[in-house]
Amino acid sequence: MTVTIYIPRDSGALALGAEKVAKAVETEISERGLDAKIVRNGSRGLYWLEPMVEVETPAGRVAYGPVKAKDVASLFEAGLGLTTHSAHPLFLGDPEKIPFLAKQTRLTFARCGITDPLSLDDYRAHGGLKGLENAVAMAPADIVKQVTESGLRGRGGAGFPTGIKWKTVLDQTDDRKYIVCNADEGDSATFADRMIMEGDPFVLIEGMAIAGVATGATKGYIYIRLEYPHAVATMNAAIGIARQAGVLGVNVLGSPNAFDMEVRVGAGAYVCGEETSLLNSLEGKRGVVRAKPPLPAIQGLFGKPTVINNVISLASVPIIMDKGAEHYKDFGMGRSRGTIPIQIAGNVKHGGLFEAAFGLSLGEIIDDIGGGTATGRPVKAAQVGGPLGAYFPRALFDTPFDYEAFAAKDGLIGHAGITVFDESADMLKQARFAMEFCAVESCGKCTPCRIGSVRGIETLDKVAQGVERDKNLALVADLCNTMKFGSLCALGGFTPYPVMSAINHFPEDFGPHPMKEAAE
Amino acid sequence: MDLVREIDFGTPASTSEKQVTLTVDGKTITVPEGTSIMRASMEAGVEIPKLCATDMVDAFGSCRVCLVEIDGRGGTPASCTTPVGEGMVVHTQTDRLNAIRRGVMELYVSDHPSAWNETPGTGASEFDKVAAEIGLTENRYGTEGRNHVAPGNGSLTIDYMVRDESNPYFTYDPAQCIVCSRCVRACEEVQGTFALTIEGRGFESRVSAGMHQSFLESECVSCGACVQACPTDALREKTVLEKGLPERSVVTTCAYCGVGCSFKAEVKGDEVVRMMPYKGGKANHGHSCVKGRFAYGYATHEDRILKPMLREKITDPWREVSWEEAIAYTASEFRRIQYQYGRGAVGGITSSRCTNEETYLVQKMVRQGFLNNNVDTCARVCHSPTGYGLGQTFGTSAGTQDFDSVEHTDVVVVIGANPVSAHPVFASRLKKRLRQGAKLIVIDPRRTEMVRSPHIEAAHHLPLKPGTNVAMLTALAHVIVTEGLFNEAFIRERCDWAEFQDWASFVALPENSPETVGGYAGVNPEEIRGAARLYARGGNGAIYYGLGVTEHSQGSTAVIAIANLAMATGNIGRPGVGVNPLRGQNNVQGSCDMGSFPHELPGYRHISGDAVRDIYESLWGVKLDNEPGLRIPNMLDAAVDGSFKGIYIQGEDILQSDPDTKHVSAGLAAMECVVVHDLFLNETARYAHVFLPGSTFLEKDGTFTNAERRMNLVRKVLEPKATYADWEATQLLARAIGLDWNYTHPSEILDEIAATTPSFAGVSFAKLEEMGSVQWPCNEKAPAGTPIMHIDGFVRGKGKFIRTEYVATDEKTGPRFPLLLTTGRILSQYNVGAQTRRTHNVMWHDEDRLEIHPHDAENRGLRDGDWVRLASRAGETTLRALITERVAPGVVYTTFHHPDTQANVITTDFSDWATNCPEYKVTAVQVSPSNGPSDWQEEYEELSRKSRRIEGRLEAAE
Repeated sequence: MTVTIYIPRDSGALALGAEKVAKAVETEISERGLDAKIVRNGSRGLYWLEPMVEVETPAGRVAYGPVKAKDVASLFEAGLGLTTHSAHPLFLGDPEKIPFLAKQTRLTFARCGITDPLSLDDYRAHGGLKGLENAVAMAPADIVKQVTESGLRGRGGAGFPTGIKWKTVLDQTDDRKYIVCNADEGDSATFADRMIMEGDPFVLIEGMAIAGVATGATKGYIYIRLEYPHAVATMNAAIGIARQAGVLGVNVLGSPNAFDMEVRVGAGAYVCGEETSLLNSLEGKRGVVRAKPPLPAIQGLFGKPTVINNVISLASVPIIMDKGAEHYKDFGMGRSRGTIPIQIAGNVKHGGLFEAAFGLSLGEIIDDIGGGTATGRPVKAAQVGGPLGAYFPRALFDTPFDYEAFAAKDGLIGHAGITVFDESADMLKQARFAMEFCAVESCGKCTPCRIGSVRGIETLDKVAQGVERDKNLALVADLCNTMKFGSLCALGGFTPYPVMSAINHFPEDFGPHPMKEAAE
Repeated sequence: MDLVREIDFGTPASTSEKQVTLTVDGKTITVPEGTSIMRASMEAGVEIPKLCATDMVDAFGSCRVCLVEIDGRGGTPASCTTPVGEGMVVHTQTDRLNAIRRGVMELYVSDHPSAWNETPGTGASEFDKVAAEIGLTENRYGTEGRNHVAPGNGSLTIDYMVRDESNPYFTYDPAQCIVCSRCVRACEEVQGTFALTIEGRGFESRVSAGMHQSFLESECVSCGACVQACPTDALREKTVLEKGLPERSVVTTCAYCGVGCSFKAEVKGDEVVRMMPYKGGKANHGHSCVKGRFAYGYATHEDRILKPMLREKITDPWREVSWEEAIAYTASEFRRIQYQYGRGAVGGITSSRCTNEETYLVQKMVRQGFLNNNVDTCARVCHSPTGYGLGQTFGTSAGTQDFDSVEHTDVVVVIGANPVSAHPVFASRLKKRLRQGAKLIVIDPRRTEMVRSPHIEAAHHLPLKPGTNVAMLTALAHVIVTEGLFNEAFIRERCDWAEFQDWASFVALPENSPETVGGYAGVNPEEIRGAARLYARGGNGAIYYGLGVTEHSQGSTAVIAIANLAMATGNIGRPGVGVNPLRGQNNVQGSCDMGSFPHELPGYRHISGDAVRDIYESLWGVKLDNEPGLRIPNMLDAAVDGSFKGIYIQGEDILQSDPDTKHVSAGLAAMECVVVHDLFLNETARYAHVFLPGSTFLEKDGTFTNAERRMNLVRKVLEPKATYADWEATQLLARAIGLDWNYTHPSEILDEIAATTPSFAGVSFAKLEEMGSVQWPCNEKAPAGTPIMHIDGFVRGKGKFIRTEYVATDEKTGPRFPLLLTTGRILSQYNVGAQTRRTHNVMWHDEDRLEIHPHDAENRGLRDGDWVRLASRAGETTLRALITERVAPGVVYTTFHHPDTQANVITTDFSDWATNCPEYKVTAVQVSPSNGPSDWQEEYEELSRKSRRIEGRLEAAE
């Protein structure tokens, strides 16, 4: 019997040497004349164990990791895949039993890391396309209703109910409508979009096709950031396969619904992850933010009604359409329903993707799941929600992972990326970094962001130099007020979150610094 | 007098019929749904501070000073981008809002430390005003941070861009720019050129012309919309920066093309410092082009002649004389000539550049004073076929629509016109409609800017061979008839069905099929069929045409063919449709209306009509000649024959603008008293014995009638530099030949016009003051004028279908003259260029070039820029070649803006069968390499120099 060896093709794994590992495994197979094949799967999301090689055994899959190319020979020596109890130091046993994975609730990422991303048969075999099959048999309004009832909210960060957005588009009578998938994943500590596109592209295609059927849109665009070449390649390949198989085209799954899609690649601007800038960029225009109203759902891409959703929002739809709204809704807390793929990164021991129902506390995620800092020093702060998210001190680690709970503490979940900092972090520098990030990435349209971010850097530099510290801190607070309420989009509007949370929660980093100043 | 100030509502008006009521700061206001809170507020009298918003362009929401609070809604939405809602309660002044506004203004000010402006602005910009209103007192950020002024003050080199002085009319100072994008949006939304953009990102965002070019090098057409939109002094008129802000302004009408834009002439002291487009102008709605906006410098150009001059022989130098002497001499000469050669030996030419009142007086003087009908006008050489063709088919010699109609058009057909160059402000409105989704069909030998430009592409371009218009139009009719695309209900109701059937049987003949016509016109028959189907079935279809239709031997037939198409498809009598001639000159419509033709009294009433003559005979107290007088070409023929000896030419340069220059000069040379009444010693003045200095449009009161029949007031801005306005000079001459004229103001002349002409019965200066403008007919039936004609039926009764048999012109290509020359205009120059050549507009177009296809150029060994000899059977001239694929092989094209080119030396004496409109658009020519200007051109230049000598003065340095 042919042995199947899984070596991830995920960018994270590739960055850690998965390609060399795959070559080495191939060499070993041919040199040893083994009856084995390699499947390049997605990642399970346990990045401290990547490249994680898995072998299909009669008793199920066993994992090894992190595997380096130089370890490969020894793995074969130790009887790779022939035993479920290897003594090899990299042997991890049943991957599903690794606590990080075992504790998760994988709905959206159910297949990621398990299947061959470009095998539609694999996808079907693991429950794929059932959602779309159900959807094409339903009235559009019923699909929208089911999505609405599931409680799914936009996973890009704004948390707007997906079903309501779809209903707005469904209600428009225009001759043409669009589905746009925002895959311009630019937040620090986020990689969920990339992981799913590289590891299970068909789930996104299925989600977009359902959105098309539900709203009457016949064309979809996936706007992928330039920095994701592997995701672009995988999505393009998967779209081709889906088209061949009749999942996309003039008759989606043989139904009268037409839907097709294509990949568009961004040009490297963070702000194009903002939905209206993204639409401008898709139209071939300069990526500047549009004022709302009009909402994209009414006047979006090329002026037509457009569903614009994040990758994870769309990729969560197939399971809702497969298992029902109730099934999905049963997970979570409060108004945050279903699961959320939390991305743990920064200075953390166990970095990776952790899909779970809403409601875990920030402390549980960082300490228990993430295992604390990679440096071993105490955790000082965690920034949740990317570069525009607030810095939470330990005192707020009891905050449950929930849109409203985070908002109540002047924070945000955003795209659910968590960056962990140990006690060596200088929060003034982090506050300055937030302003600098805003200055570098500002589209330049609105004044608070365009000029304010530059003044923010300058003023925080004055604080750092001890120039009129109190007066300049007050000025920063005023500036943050202007930016928060005056900015056109979330880039300028949310930059005050990291800045003010750093000032409020870590005042000692902004105060006089006798030691440092003396040394200078 | 004060500055005319217009309210800026911040965002465009909504056209919704549904009304919404809200309260703003306690004031209740009802506005159409879709109106912005900002606009509603302004209408309620509450001005919200704004910088990036202006009602000429859509809301953008970038400056963030217009934020408001709305009860029941979180946040501080921008009032420009937020539409009103029923029952909304809006607050525009709260502590929270003031804090944000101050915060935003402080940021602006930190980037533009006023003390550092190397070149200060006016200090009176919208930005200065908002900063003062918000009461910003300090800049807590200090002045050492990054900013956009010159390096050295904390700013980085990357942030600095040098001041751009390249455009002759305005400067761009990036250091004063607040990147509000108003200029960029004006260029896109209002003008439609897309020359400006924002380059860079974040703090490095900068307004940039083209690809980081200077304004002059970029695609910028200098329409001025960006300068008008700029809320700072970053884009500012050079005249304002040099001479200071205007003190008073007068609303008046542009004297260039037939669009008839309204402007505020802004004056400081006795000098116009700026022409600002007037938003209340119903033709232009606040937009302008480079000519009207900036090219008024000719009014004060040193070439202007300000004193009357006489000479006995045209070889003599000019002698400056008093008005009395000039008028007395002229009157005695005309009397002598009439005594010596007969009553019909003198005549007059009215000007399409002058006011209705002035035109009326010239024809009145000819009829009442000379007692003949020898009066004609330059419309002879442009749109006389329009008058004839539309008069025959519809019953009115004018376009059927107002310009606003284009906003309801679904299919636009542009035939023989290039509005982007010749009617730029209308072109902008047309392009806006096309960007909204209307479809475009272009019928033109050249691939004009209309065919393809940013965000515009014609659905069909029919690049027909010059001279085949009638065949092409009939082929379109063939498709409409044979494919059953005509509107039978409309035709049965409004036209004569029998005439339609006769016409239909004619157009259905196989020789009129696209397949046959396309063969000799050089157009793919499928394109012809596609265009016909689109026009007939694409919704509201409107035809706009220009001189490419009329200036042909079958010009009148082509106009009739256009009218046939509109009637057959029912595209007449409502907004969005119609037949619209794009008239070339500011008052060419008016000059035709005012009885400038030898066979017509004002209002297009034939001179042979006893009842009409009675009206004038009883008022003027003379017996009028009931026979039509001489047309311009006939006057010239008669002059050569020796029977026509004296002419009074007001504001027209027939030597340059009329065809077959040699014939014109021979005619003029044969006359004994040529009176030229003009601003400059124009080409015709080379043959003049009397020169009367004219007045510019800035120096008189009166009315102009534009292409949409709109009568706009021309108001005196400055005193006439040459003492008399043109109407006054004509009156002096009339009095000298014995007429008892006592007009003290042009309004009295208009009253006489209204009293004697039914279509103007309701017009008066008082009404025009009150309404701004009216479109004739304006009388008891239509007291407010008539924006759209033929609404319930045609003026003539039943619309008349007339067969349009194609007869090829006698002007044919052959071995000696294998190419077809066609002529046209360019944006920056105007007609014979007398005005625009005396402005900085020459920076865009300082010579006429011959456009030739690369294929034809290669055959002749020509390279771009080479001197070429352009010869026809009438004559030859020399100019430089411009190799371009805009013209088809076999066709060459040039403009006629520069007298040294003398394109009309080439054009022939062929003309329209009905109206004698010359066939400018088709001349068989040969093109060959040349070493430079021809002998003729050099002789001509020498002659010009001699003929312009004025006694006691050094020769004008040209």
